[in-house]
Amino acid sequence: MTAAIAAIRSAAAGDAITIAGERALCDRRGVVFFPDLGLLAVSDLHLEKGSAMARRGQLVPPYDSAATLLMLQAVIADHRPKTVVSLGDSFHDGGGAGRMPDVFRDQLAGMMSGRDWFWIAGNHDPEAPAGLPGETVRELAVGSLLFRHEPSARPVEGEIAGHLHPCARIVQRGRSVRRRCFASDGLRMILPAFGAYTGSLNVLDRAYRGMFRWEAFVAYMIGKERVYPIAASMLRPG
Amino acid sequence: MNDQSRISNRKAKQAPSGMEAAALLPKPFLDWFRERGWAPRAHQIELLATVQGGNSALLIAPTGAGKTLAGFLPTLTDLAVRGKRKPGEAFRGIHTLYISPLKALAVDIERNLGKPVEEIGLPVTIETRTGDTPQHKRTRQKQAPPDVLLTTPEQLALLIASQDAPRFFKDLRFVVLDELHSLVISKRGHLLSLGLARLRALVPGLRMIGLSATVAEPDELRRWLVGQNPPGRMAELMTVAGGAKPDISILDSAERVPWAGHQARYAIPEIYQAIKAHRTTLLFVNTRSQAELLFSALWQVNEDSLPIALHHGSLDATQRRKVEKAMAGNALRAVVATSTLDLGIDWGDVDLVIHVGAPKGASRLAQRIGRSNHRMDEPSKAILIPSNRFEVLECRAALDANYLGAQDTPPLVDGALDVLSQHVLGTACAASFSADELFEEVRGAAPYARLDRPTFDRVVDFVATGGYALRSYERYARIRLTKEGRWRVSNPHVAQQYRLNVGTIIEQPMLNIRYVRAGRGTAARGGPTLGKIEEYFLESMVVGDTFLFAGKTLRFEGIRENEAYVSNAASFDPKVPIYAGGKFPLTTYLADQVRGMLADPAKWKLLPDQVADWLRIQADKSMLPGRRDLLVETFPRGQRYYMVCYPFEGRLAHQTLGMLLTRRLERAGARPLGYVATDYSLAVWAFGDFSHLLKTRKLSLAKLFDEDMLGDDLEAWLAESWLLKRTFRNCAIIGGLIEKRYPGQEKTGRQVTVSADLIYDVLRTHEPDHILLQATRADAATTLLDVRRLSEMLSRIKGRIVHKALDRISPLAVPIMLEIGKESVAGEANESLLGEAVDSLIEEAMGTA
Repeated sequence: MTAAIAAIRSAAAGDAITIAGERALCDRRGVVFFPDLGLLAVSDLHLEKGSAMARRGQLVPPYDSAATLLMLQAVIADHRPKTVVSLGDSFHDGGGAGRMPDVFRDQLAGMMSGRDWFWIAGNHDPEAPAGLPGETVRELAVGSLLFRHEPSARPVEGEIAGHLHPCARIVQRGRSVRRRCFASDGLRMILPAFGAYTGSLNVLDRAYRGMFRWEAFVAYMIGKERVYPIAASMLRPG
Repeated sequence: MNDQSRISNRKAKQAPSGMEAAALLPKPFLDWFRERGWAPRAHQIELLATVQGGNSALLIAPTGAGKTLAGFLPTLTDLAVRGKRKPGEAFRGIHTLYISPLKALAVDIERNLGKPVEEIGLPVTIETRTGDTPQHKRTRQKQAPPDVLLTTPEQLALLIASQDAPRFFKDLRFVVLDELHSLVISKRGHLLSLGLARLRALVPGLRMIGLSATVAEPDELRRWLVGQNPPGRMAELMTVAGGAKPDISILDSAERVPWAGHQARYAIPEIYQAIKAHRTTLLFVNTRSQAELLFSALWQVNEDSLPIALHHGSLDATQRRKVEKAMAGNALRAVVATSTLDLGIDWGDVDLVIHVGAPKGASRLAQRIGRSNHRMDEPSKAILIPSNRFEVLECRAALDANYLGAQDTPPLVDGALDVLSQHVLGTACAASFSADELFEEVRGAAPYARLDRPTFDRVVDFVATGGYALRSYERYARIRLTKEGRWRVSNPHVAQQYRLNVGTIIEQPMLNIRYVRAGRGTAARGGPTLGKIEEYFLESMVVGDTFLFAGKTLRFEGIRENEAYVSNAASFDPKVPIYAGGKFPLTTYLADQVRGMLADPAKWKLLPDQVADWLRIQADKSMLPGRRDLLVETFPRGQRYYMVCYPFEGRLAHQTLGMLLTRRLERAGARPLGYVATDYSLAVWAFGDFSHLLKTRKLSLAKLFDEDMLGDDLEAWLAESWLLKRTFRNCAIIGGLIEKRYPGQEKTGRQVTVSADLIYDVLRTHEPDHILLQATRADAATTLLDVRRLSEMLSRIKGRIVHKALDRISPLAVPIMLEIGKESVAGEANESLLGEAVDSLIEEAMGTA
């Protein structure tokens, strides 16, 4: 519990937490920044999910890519990372990059210029995104950290992954609050989904079973103004 | 079963001349009446003559007036003449369509109409078609339609969206609309009106027969029944005066009537005595939670083990059918029920109706009292049980209203655009359409009579490609314009999706409640289901919490997929009170009556002594406002300052007012901390001393309550509000933007909620004027916020605000002050709750908690 409390106190004060010894800042917009590495990680952008749904007859607003990219542009401008890692499912489907209007492609290319950019292959987008720069890899090791799309089922120190779209729920004064979250036990981290149309899965779901040291686990729930670190004992399923 | 009274004419008071009846009714009918010693009633013959003359008609009559037979006489006489279909004769479509708001009512009518049809020996086939009708029977009904089809608005929408609709409806002569007053309200009524407009286009000369309880504005219903393009036409009106005056009393309890709360526990012994003194008692309450509590309380005093049952919409259907059957067989002494039993269905030999809690709308009261007796010439007997002091006033007002016959239904509002979108897609599913023709057709439906062409075109555009300014979905269009200028569905998948998503009733996401053995959690194997409860209620529970449901105290064991597991609780006292269920606002009329009663000490004689005393003390310590005035009291209490006002406009309107006042007080530097609203009053509390601020003119009540709050403040708040998100979800589903469910796969409420919320955020940022957001705002203003009520109130009290600065709480303020802490505006304070959770953890760790 002491590990969790230390992490909660740092995060509550707006300071960095550590993952496998590496200092990390959980940005309330849903990205994690490693200041000592100058590296920014973002996961599950699911770009062009709107047009993917429209193809199946659900004509949801075609503004999700715009919204997602605008937010991404803002966090990149704030942190000025040397390296950006997109942890997979960057596009909602294989044809997504091809369907994306040129204006967004240009916007993305603008963000990419002057820095290293890695596309980690995801289950939705196993191939390199068509017509975009950046390097497509299955995994990426930087310092003590290992970046991949799907988290391993067993505890792996230093693993930074996405894929599961974590969220957490608490009940306080008889009322329920459910938010996207960063999930970490100080050894590894699963990032929340960043895309404008992405849903989420509770960290208490069986899909996460065995991944974390529960006594050190903290859900960094995303609020309007800041990130709220919540210990495992307060979390509720559903 | 009392079906005679529904269909019969035992005591025909105003029998028409035998000549007239003989001229209109075929001989077998005349024989049938004569054999039973009856005669057709005047309104039955009048309606028959009207309809035979080619007109549509609205029959307004109290329960027990032979309304159903009246509604079907045109059909039965017509079919008696037409005769049986010969073998080899061409296909015959349905002859009469009967539409009711409830599945149960359709089933009831099938049973009750079957009897005279059989006795007269008519060659008429009658069948129901509802959501429960098996697929093979539906298919058969399409191939060999019955003469009379009894169905619901949703089924009509499905029928007209199918390609064989013209064939199915080609012989249609009449549409009978039962309980019309409850069919026309809400989006369901909008969808039905569009369906009827379609039928009018398919079958020129179609006649509508509306059957309704007494309503305040019959002309609205008369217009609703007939095409409104050009506007102004009305169906013929027939009104049957009310029968015997009901014998209604308010329980004059020897016990103390509580200040606040909704449980009426004080009256349980007296209620039990009343049940014992009657054959069968129906007990009505306003919410499901009240039903559970009352049922549980009655069984705690049920020393004689009287058969007392529970009936509400969340219970498992088999359980409900069981209770209904026992009721019809007179095997029960009492049934505790909510509005599920509300409409005109016969339920055995009830001789007493008890209404617990305030009856809210006077017409709702009349409807419920009517239940106890379907013979219109004998008085019905009813007792009202107010559960707190304000409800005593409301019951008294409702009683007066009932005697005066002044009844009200919600005013009809303009047709919703999400419903229109659904209808446009449905129309395309049946056959291609021309926008010009459909526009003219739609304007024939009364709720859409004022629709303008640009809005209609935007709706069509929305249906086709989503209607976005960024026109990137042309290639995914659901409907496309052909070379001939007609809109048609782009592929069969669209029609399939439409059929799965039809209807306007979006239920709260619900979870099944399933029994398991205690302590085994969600790993246990499930037992029988008890019913369904809203997901949001279950989400706030922790394993081990106990609550009341289905008349039992249950222990929450956890949630697994779409089921909540529960076991029998060891304790008798539930820890979590109960989920809220439905709530009705006070109608405008009743609110006015209550204010009138407060203002007039002469009327206090009619009230129980303890309530009259309460008002006298209020007059002494503070004051009672005039009928048109708004009383605002300010006083200190504890470390805070309170402002309490008494608009009597219902909780929704008060909540909206509270939210807007808080914003203004914030700007005025009064540092407001919170507010709470009841049906009767609103309390706001703050760090700032209201009395002082008002005295020093730093705050002005006239400005604070100025109507302009409904402008920018409302807009700004609405945009941020969670209420709007929920409304958007409903509009998005009804409008077909997101699906209720996929073929073969039921989506859980959670997945829909999440994606609808995200879509809302994105759409609001990028296209705030999108037609679906427009529909959402209109919807929220009418149904969620009661802006109309609030706006009428603000204009009424202009220059009529009376302020009383007090040293301490007034008697009238006590009930709402007791609500503080119990009530919260759910969903508004999420951020602070998260912060609290973090702080409590840190405090705990530091040993300071």
